[in-house]
Amino acid sequence: MSDLTRLTIAEARAKLRAREISAAEITDAYLAAIDQANPLLNAYVAVTHDKARDMAKASDSRLAKGEGGELEGIPLGIKDLFATEGLHTQACSHVLDGFKPRYESTVTSNLWADGAVMLGKLNMDEFAMGSSNETSYYGPVVNPWRRSRVQTTVKPTFHDGSAGFVKPGGVDENRTYDNMQLVPGGSSGGSAAAVSAFLCAGATATDTGGSIRQPAAFTGTVGIKPTYGRVSRWGVVAFASSLDQAGPIARDVRDAAILLKSMASVDAKDTTSVDRPVPDYEAVLGRPIKGMKVGIPREYRVDGMPEEIEALWQQGIAWLKDAGAEIVDISLPHTKYALPAYYIVAPAEASSNLARYDGVRYGLRVPGKDIVDMYEKTRAAGFGREVKRRIMIGTYVLSAGYYDAYYLQAQKVRTLIKKDFEDVFAAGVDVILTPATPSAAFGVADQDMAADPVKMYLNDVFTVTVNMAGLPGISVPAGLDSHGLPLGLQLIGRPFDEETLFQTAHVIEKAAGRFEANQWW
Amino acid sequence: MSVDIQTVKRVARLARIAVSEEDAARMTGELNTILGFVEQLNEVDVSGVEPMTSVTPMAMRKREDIVTDGNKAADIVANAPATEENFFLVPKVVE
Repeated sequence: MSDLTRLTIAEARAKLRAREISAAEITDAYLAAIDQANPLLNAYVAVTHDKARDMAKASDSRLAKGEGGELEGIPLGIKDLFATEGLHTQACSHVLDGFKPRYESTVTSNLWADGAVMLGKLNMDEFAMGSSNETSYYGPVVNPWRRSRVQTTVKPTFHDGSAGFVKPGGVDENRTYDNMQLVPGGSSGGSAAAVSAFLCAGATATDTGGSIRQPAAFTGTVGIKPTYGRVSRWGVVAFASSLDQAGPIARDVRDAAILLKSMASVDAKDTTSVDRPVPDYEAVLGRPIKGMKVGIPREYRVDGMPEEIEALWQQGIAWLKDAGAEIVDISLPHTKYALPAYYIVAPAEASSNLARYDGVRYGLRVPGKDIVDMYEKTRAAGFGREVKRRIMIGTYVLSAGYYDAYYLQAQKVRTLIKKDFEDVFAAGVDVILTPATPSAAFGVADQDMAADPVKMYLNDVFTVTVNMAGLPGISVPAGLDSHGLPLGLQLIGRPFDEETLFQTAHVIEKAAGRFEANQWW
Repeated sequence: MSVDIQTVKRVARLARIAVSEEDAARMTGELNTILGFVEQLNEVDVSGVEPMTSVTPMAMRKREDIVTDGNKAADIVANAPATEENFFLVPKVVE
C-alpha cells in the first residue's frame, strides 16, 4: 500500500485512469503515511480524513464512468493560507483561532473541479511571514532531510590462498545521519516537507518573497512562483497583495506543470488575475533548448556565498550549455536593493491587510475595558513576534512624515528593479539562471537567525527580486551539498512565460536526477 | 533614521497592539536593525523614476454595476466571537 505514495502525480494519474489503482486506495495510503509521520514532522496542522475519503469515493465513481478530470483521485495537501469551506483556515496564526470560512478559495475550487482529493491543511509560517516555518503558532515543521557524512571503511586485504597474491578488500562507503532537526524553509514549510516526505502527491503553496522556492530548494522538491496575476488570489489570506502569488510544490517538474495548469485561471473575484489562456505546460517538457539564451547575472555572486553554491551554479550552466543553450553574462544592477525595498513594501502592505484582525469579525477576542483596549489586547495575544515586528515596521514607514522617505523611495527602487529585468529580456535573454538560496537548510532554533531578524531575511536574497518585478521563477533540485543536503537552482522568466521555465527546468532535472531524503520518519 | 522607545510605543498604539515596557524595549532594537538594513536604499538615484503602482501593466477590469451577491448575513457573522441577530457585538463605544 505504502508504495502508492511513491508515485508521481503523472504516474498515479495513468494508473487511476487505467483503473489499476483506485482513488480510495491511494488516499488511504497517504492518510496512513500522514498518521504515522506527522507526529515527527508536524507538516499538517489538520488532517481531513473523512473529507479525503468522501472525495476519493466520488473520484472513483467518476473514474468508473470515464468522467475523470485532469487530477481525478490525486491526493493533495493545502497550505493553511487557502480558504477551504468549513475547514481549518488559520494562516497558522493564533489570531484566527477557530476560523472556518463559508467559502472556498479559487485555487482550491479549481483543483477540486479537476477531481483532486484534499488530505488536509499544511503548516506554514504565521501569515506566511518567515523563512523557516518557525513562526507558526503550531510549531516548527521538521525537514525530512538530515545532515549526513560519508564514512569510509577500508576493508582488510586478504590472500586468495592460491599463489600468495594479496587482493585489496576495497572500501565501503556509508552515510551516517545526524539527528539534528533542520528547518524545511518557509513560509511554505509544511507544503515542502509533506511533498518531500511522501505525505501528499503535491501541495499548494504561496510565495511573497521566496516562500515557494526557498522551501522547495531546502527539501529537494520543485516549486514554481508564477507571474503575478497568473493565479487568482481570491480566498488566499492576504500578506502583501502586490507580491503574493500562489503556486505548486511538487516532486518533479512534470507534476509542478500539471498542478499549475489546474491552479491558474482568470477570476472575476480577483481584478489582478489575468485574462489569458492557461497553456498546457506539460506539452513543453522534453522540447530542446538549443539556441536558447540563458542569462547569468553577475550580481547574484554575493559576498560570503559558500563555494558549493557557486559550484552548483557552474554545474547548472554546464548542463544548459551541453543542451545547446547560449550562455550570456548579464547585469541586474539593482539586485542588492531588492531585499531592503521588500522589507518596506511587504510590511507596509501587511500592516494594512492585517488591520482586519480586530477581534470583531472572526477568530480570537481578548476582552478589554473598552473597544480600543479589546483591539489592542486581541492583537497583542493573537499575533506572534515576527508578525508584530512587520506590522510595526509597516505602520512606521506609512506614518505621517516617513511615507516619502521609506515607502515612496522603495516603490521607486522597485521600478528600477523591474527595469533591470526588462532591459535584459529586451536584449534577447530568454531565461535567467541563479542559485535558489544562499545556503542549504539550517537547524531548527538557529541562534544566529534568532538573534538578528535580518539574517533570516537574507534567505530570500535570490528569490525576492522576482516578486518585486512580478516575474515567474522556478526552483529545481540540482545537487547535494557536502552534508548530503539538497540545493536548488532558480530559473527566472519573462512575464507569463512559465513554459520556458518548465522546459528549461526539465533539462536541469534530467541532468541532475531526482533527490530523495533517507527515510527515518 | 532610528526610532526610540517612545516612537515604538506610538507606532504600537497606531497599529493597535498592546506592548509592555519590555516588548517596547526589545522591539526598539529589532526595528532599528531593520531600519538600518533598509537605509541603503538612500544610495539609489531615483531622480525622474516613477514609483511602481502596478507590477504588471494592466487596466483594472470593471464589471457591470449590478448586484451579484448578497443575502449572506448569517455566513458573514458565522465566525464572529460575539453576535446577536446577525449583528457583530462589540464593547460599548458611545455612552
